[in-house]
Amino acid sequence: MLRYIAWRLALLIPTLLAASVVVFLVMRVLPGDVSQVIAGDVAVSPAVREALAEELGLNDPLHVQYGQWLWSMVNGKFGGNSLESKESIRSIIGQQLPVTLLLTGYTLLLSILVSLPLGMLAARWSNRWPDYITRIVSLGGLSLPSLLVAVLVLLGLLLAFRWSPPILYASPWADPWTHLQIMIWPALILAWEQSSHLVRVTRASVLEALDRSYVATARSKGLAERVVLVKHALPNALIPTVTMIGLHFGVLISGAVILENIFGLPGIGRGIVHAAQVRDYPVVQSLAVLLVLFSLVVNLVVDIVYSRLDPRVGPSS
Amino acid sequence: MKLGQKKPLRSRGQRMAALVSSTLALAKARPLGAIAASGLILMVLVALLADVVATHDPLQQTVRILEPPSAGHFFGTDDLGRDVFSRVVHGARATLFVGFLSLGLATASGVAIGTVSAYRGGTFDLLVQRFVDVFLGFPFLVAALIVVVALGPSSISAALAIALALAPQIARLSRAAVLSTKEEGYVEAARASGAGPARIIWRHLLPNSFPPILAQITGYLGTAVVAETALSFLRLGVPPPDPSWGRMLQEGVQQYFEVAPWAIMFPGLALAITVLSAALLGDQLRNLVWAKENAHPKVKVESGTLTLGSQGMEPRD
Repeated sequence: MLRYIAWRLALLIPTLLAASVVVFLVMRVLPGDVSQVIAGDVAVSPAVREALAEELGLNDPLHVQYGQWLWSMVNGKFGGNSLESKESIRSIIGQQLPVTLLLTGYTLLLSILVSLPLGMLAARWSNRWPDYITRIVSLGGLSLPSLLVAVLVLLGLLLAFRWSPPILYASPWADPWTHLQIMIWPALILAWEQSSHLVRVTRASVLEALDRSYVATARSKGLAERVVLVKHALPNALIPTVTMIGLHFGVLISGAVILENIFGLPGIGRGIVHAAQVRDYPVVQSLAVLLVLFSLVVNLVVDIVYSRLDPRVGPSS
Repeated sequence: MKLGQKKPLRSRGQRMAALVSSTLALAKARPLGAIAASGLILMVLVALLADVVATHDPLQQTVRILEPPSAGHFFGTDDLGRDVFSRVVHGARATLFVGFLSLGLATASGVAIGTVSAYRGGTFDLLVQRFVDVFLGFPFLVAALIVVVALGPSSISAALAIALALAPQIARLSRAAVLSTKEEGYVEAARASGAGPARIIWRHLLPNSFPPILAQITGYLGTAVVAETALSFLRLGVPPPDPSWGRMLQEGVQQYFEVAPWAIMFPGLALAITVLSAALLGDQLRNLVWAKENAHPKVKVESGTLTLGSQGMEPRD
């Protein structure tokens, strides 16, 4: 198992390197002088611009710039300082990463807790009312953009209860009640979208498992239907569900970026968007690579879980 | 007029009549698809005829601010006294322009990459696919963000950004479709009769592999529209004061949320109609393709059942 994990980790490195090259090149090679981009619409004297370019190392050849950036990503400086606030990107990440980790963590937890039982229910009573309700609710989650749902939820809460979520974020350790109030809605909205995918996959694979001969054997032994579902059908149905979590994690990150902005959560998503708005490109560059890394790591974890669930996949193959 | 008739349709009038009647029959056979298609056509017409449909100048500011919907202002007015109806109508133009442009760019580049990669095969295919993998590793919005930062916020850069994020997914689809088409007898026959790679790709692989993936690509229109709305919501899309749905939602949420809910609800409704129509249409087309692939084409034509070919999507051979 350890060798398999080590092998998968080794495979992650070339993908991550390639992604960092892509981010770097997109930011440098696309038209536009970076120092002009940073200065924005403000008229800047050539001397100031030259000093800025020198400070950022923009006069060095591309491969030197890339090498320096990559080295700073590895040694923990994460690309130096923010152009806007002069704060080190390392401390920006330190503040923002926990918020994003918590939001995506809550979302995954909620969607798994909801979609596994619902998927089983829908399969157990397929083409009856539990199935229909699940299908309609998941259709909404699949097709309504989370941006719109979030805006409507905020509007609904305000009009119906004259209540809005707190504006200032609080960490779960400092003020759990405020934390819950601000995190619950974005987590619920993202979880609706996520679990809509998961519930469909779970339903389909439980249905398939229920047709198998080992389920018939379990039933003929006289096992209760509940035991058949949980002990025999579910373990096999879990595999496609787990795969789906990995496949859809990129979608979850995109959703988190949008919802962090709507609900004012100071996470990586709001950080990267704010940096993009003020064209703080070192921050955008480093946070983009960080989000790609996050998505790759989650997929790696999913694959490892997968290999534990399915003995046919994994270390040997 | 029966579809299966072998007699060539001569006059333009007869051809038109055949097209109309087959379209009507298709709409009758698939009412959901017809509703979705009309929703989308309605939005496209509104976007194209925005100057005629709009009742006011979308940029004209007046003193009648934050007025509820009335006969003079169908959807009310916003905080600058601008007519919300006219802004939603002109916003459709901005949003659908970016949506269709990005989908077109992504389809052209994705299909080209996927087709050539599958046709060449071997090491070339392997390298191209690793490259596509790297781009697939990017969460959708993160890929779009870095392009927008590099190019500066505008409709064109939003379209390029969304195209870059969509293209690898389409490349993957197209490669899979060509890999199976490549093994068909007629491709071998073409090669045996001395056709070069360009001719085989252009005359045989593309016409036969594209229609099946067109259904999925239609579904991506919704993704592109949501992405455009998200970018302009995050103030990285169409620059102000030009109307776009995303920016209208953002201004509404930030500035006059409870005072003028209509300024949020109507752009939200327009977005929902567009996205749901695109998703539903993609879904219905996929069913249609599936039904076509799982039945013998000749039998279907003779029984008068409509296939994709009746919409003019079938290759001319």
